[in-house]
Order: sequence, then C-alpha cells, then structure tokens
Amino acid sequence: MEFSAKFESRFAAWLTHYPIKRSVLVPSLLYLQDELGYLTDEAIREMAARLELTELEVRGVISYYSMLTTKPRGRYNVQVCTNICCMLRGAEEVFAAAKRKLGVGHKQTTEDGMFSLEEVECIGACSWGPAMQVNYDFHENLTPEKTEQVIEEYKKQAQ
Amino acid sequence: MAELVSHPDEVKVVSRRFGLGAANLDRYLELDGYKAAQKALQMTPEAIIAEVKASNLRGRGGAGFPTGMKWSFVPKESARPKYILCNGDESEPGTCKDRLIFEHDPHAVIEGVMIAGLAVGSEQGYIYLRGEYRYLIEIMERAVADAYERGFLGDNIFGSGRRFHAAVHSGAGAYEVGEESALMESLEGKRGVPRIRPPFPAVIGLYGGPTVINNAETMANVPHILLGGGEWYAGLGTPKNGGTRLFCLSGSVERPGVYELPLGYNLKKMIYEVGGGIWKGRQLKAVTPGGSSVPILKPEEIDIPADFDSMQKAGTFLGSGGVIVLDNRTCLVKYLLRTESFYQHESCGWCIPCREGTDWLKKTLKRLHSGGGIMQDIDNLAYLSENMLGRTFCPLGDAAAMPAISIVKKFRDEFEAHLDGKGCPFEEVEQLAVK
Repeated sequence: MEFSAKFESRFAAWLTHYPIKRSVLVPSLLYLQDELGYLTDEAIREMAARLELTELEVRGVISYYSMLTTKPRGRYNVQVCTNICCMLRGAEEVFAAAKRKLGVGHKQTTEDGMFSLEEVECIGACSWGPAMQVNYDFHENLTPEKTEQVIEEYKKQAQ
Repeated sequence: MAELVSHPDEVKVVSRRFGLGAANLDRYLELDGYKAAQKALQMTPEAIIAEVKASNLRGRGGAGFPTGMKWSFVPKESARPKYILCNGDESEPGTCKDRLIFEHDPHAVIEGVMIAGLAVGSEQGYIYLRGEYRYLIEIMERAVADAYERGFLGDNIFGSGRRFHAAVHSGAGAYEVGEESALMESLEGKRGVPRIRPPFPAVIGLYGGPTVINNAETMANVPHILLGGGEWYAGLGTPKNGGTRLFCLSGSVERPGVYELPLGYNLKKMIYEVGGGIWKGRQLKAVTPGGSSVPILKPEEIDIPADFDSMQKAGTFLGSGGVIVLDNRTCLVKYLLRTESFYQHESCGWCIPCREGTDWLKKTLKRLHSGGGIMQDIDNLAYLSENMLGRTFCPLGDAAAMPAISIVKKFRDEFEAHLDGKGCPFEEVEQLAVK
C-alpha cells in the first residue's frame, strides 16, 4: 500500500533517525491518521508489514495512545479540555456550549461527518483556560459564546 | 494563543528570548545563540558537568533531581551508544511552560541537548514532544533543519570534527509517557508502560544505552548556565535550588500566565501580586502548587518560599511549576473527582494499586459528590490512596494518591457536608441510581 508522497518522504526520513525501525511507529500512526481520518485495517496491516511487527503489536500501541483511533471521526475534531485548570474557569459551560452547537455528545460525530466532539484531558493550555483544540489548532480563553463563534467559523470553512 | 505576560519581579533567564523572534536562527545567533555550545566544545566533559553542578540546577519536570549529578551517573565507557532525551511530553494538569520554550526559543532546547551530549559523550539527541503540540513540533523541526544546514548539527559540528545529531519525535497522547522510563518505551515504538528500576536510564536506557533524560525547561537553562557561569545561576535562587523557574499560574487568579521567577519567590506574593490576586474578588480556598499531583495547601500554609526544599518542608512539592489557585466557590470533592478521573484515564494498568486504586477513588468520589456517599467512603478514600503511595513502578500511582490524601485530610468537613443525601452544597448534581 502506498501512502501520500508527503507521508512517504517523512516516513523515509524518520527511519534514518533511529537505530531500530519500530521507533517510527507512534509518529507514523499519528501522521497517517491525519491523512486518512482514522487508522484503517489496511493502514495497520501495511504499517505492521513495513516495521516487521504483528498487527496485534500495532493495535496494542494504537489502543494505548489517546489521539489514535480506528474509528472514523469528523473532519474537524473538537476537543474540549475539562481538566481542573480549565474547569476552574468554566470549561463545563464551554463543553455544554459545544454540545449544543454541534448537537452531539462526547465521542460522537455529526451526521454530515463534519464534526466530532470529545471531552479531553489537559492539553497544556492551563494558564489560558478554558481551552479547546480543533484538530491541532488551539482556541483559548473561551466563553460559551466564543466557543459557538469558533465552531461557526469552522462550519463556514467546511462549506 | 498562549499569550505572554510579564511582571516587574520576573528574572528572565530561560524566557529572555520570548517574544523576540528567536525561532529564527539568525535572530537566535544575534541573541547569543549557540555561543554556549561552542564554549562547551572547548571544555572537557568534566568541566561542563562541574559547571552544571555548581549552578544547582534541578530537574524542571517535577522531581527536582540535581541535573549535574544525573549527568555524572552516565558511565564514561559504554559498549552501546549513549543518548540524550529531552522530555517535552508536558501533560501534568497545570503545566504549560514548555510550550512557550518550544515556540519562542526552540534553538535553546537544541543547544541544551547538544551540551548534555558533549558532557556525557553522546552523539544523538531526541526531542520528544506530546502529539497535541503539532505546531510546536513543526517549529522544532524547522529549528533542527536550520541547525543542520549551518553545520551546527551533524558529523562536524561547528567545524570541530565532533558529531552530534538531533531529531524531533512526536507522541500521540499519553500523560504517563512523561515519566522517564515510559518515555523511552514510547520512543522505542511501544506502549508507554514504565520499566522497573534499577537499572536506571543513566546506565541502561534508550535502546539499552546509557541515557540522560531531562525536561525541556531544564535543557533550555543549560546554555545560560554555561555562558553566565554556574555560580551566577545558583545565586539567582536559594541554597541548593539554583536559578529561576517558569511558574504557570492558573485557575482563580486575576492574571493567569507563565512567569519566570527566582526559585524561593514567596508563593503568597506570587498569587496576590504577580497573579493579581483571586479572580473576581473572591476568597482563596486552596492552592495546588506544583501540578495536579502534589498535595494541596490551605491559605494559611502558602506564605512560603517556592523552591524544592521549602515546598517539601511544607508537606508538598514544587513539582512541575503549575500553581493552581482555587477560590471559595470551588467544591473540593468535585475538584478531587476531576483530578482522579484524569489519573484513572491515564493509568496504564500495569500496577494493580494504581489501576484499581484510581478507579475506586473515582467511583467513590462520584458517589460522594452526588450525595449518595456514607461516612465510610471518606475513610475509604484515605485508606485507598495511602495504600497506593509508593507501591507502583512509576509515580502515576503517587500522583493520584497525594492530592487525595491531602484534600481528604485538610477538607474533610467538605466531604461530610455531601453526606446523608444532602448532595453538593455548591451545585446541583444528579443523584446516581445505585447507592
């Protein structure tokens, strides 16, 4: 199985960084997932073959890391941090606003496949909470209103 | 995004290039960049380690282990290659400082890693960042590529004939990987399950080779120590607690943010003056001074110097520098429930006291918070957490136990107020079906 040229050049470069092939597994899975939307059976088989691992070993690694998934997600994955620092400044209201705006709950995806929502653990934005990440973009110092606005912006982008 | 703040009491060492565009290599060079690495190339490994030892630099990740001593544990001769591993997994709730270093001063991290390599005789460094920090991974990758292009990294660094290589590595979401042995497992492409120690990483670490593992902030301090001298750096802090620290103020403070203050700065002053006091004019209820895992302090306990030893004397830890402020509207049962839900989620399940302990803490707290608890539950929280302490391979078990022990002990009345079906005095909570 061939992946995108961009991924293949990254993958080839990564292999030169480490004394063992297996070291590229975690970043490879994450970057592949970014392109494919989720880790497909085919991608898992291919990665296992390339790194001389069993599929089970690859799946074992996938299940450990919270960012990796074998299930499809929305094009925009809205990840609201509700850990203590964000919670102290109103993260629960922010999460409620995101649920309201998207009409889905924790780990659910909108019917059109555009958005999925997730309540996540600390994303390293403690001094700027409440915060969320949409895919890799940080949105900080949120209020329920600001949260709805941010999501609205992505909805426009999606069209 | 991740705005910078400042306060007149700040002493800027590791943050002195923040906001100055130092991610650009030319700008970094204008701001004394890579001078320390070139200086290190003229020094013996012993002299580099002696300078770092003199600085009293202690690990900024949480444990506060003296950095120079850690480096000195690496054997001189080794059949296997030695490695330098920079820990940028930054995942402890309350901690958001490494983010600023990677964004504003990525070359300082590379330079620190390189100096560590020269000090212990390693030719390969890895800079591990948590996967969520994609924009920072891109900044770091750019910085590493730029350093290679100028010959600062590679087979002939600065034309010295010496080799040093560095690579940036992305994680994929795991708090536990911030623990050093789990970090090595993750870099080897495995689940981040901790290793039993001894042997310690300095002897048998990454790929079986001797390995130095330091937090990103620790690494970024090293070039400044080499340029300014260990004695100067030590003088910034308190005895045995050299230098400054990036304190991440969060929660109920008027001016949250990351401030660089000398070690030993008064914690109360930090909250009331640097942080501008309690949010919205409320009253202070408690402070978690070193990231979510450390024992909590009551308002009357915070008039203390914020350094490793003083914090320990006060029964808590300086930890990762995350100062979390709680006001009088916060329900401590809920705060602890959220904390334990986090540790339950992050436990890898390898050690039973941690796997089962965090789960039972979470369940018990959930029931207590919803008003379905009994007196025995409160004692059980203490019993469970005390039995987790020190009984796991990695410190995640301790991290979950310490806040529970201290909060139950110091705020027991608040737990009792939830009993007898009364529920949470702070908010309405849906009663759990099963009592």
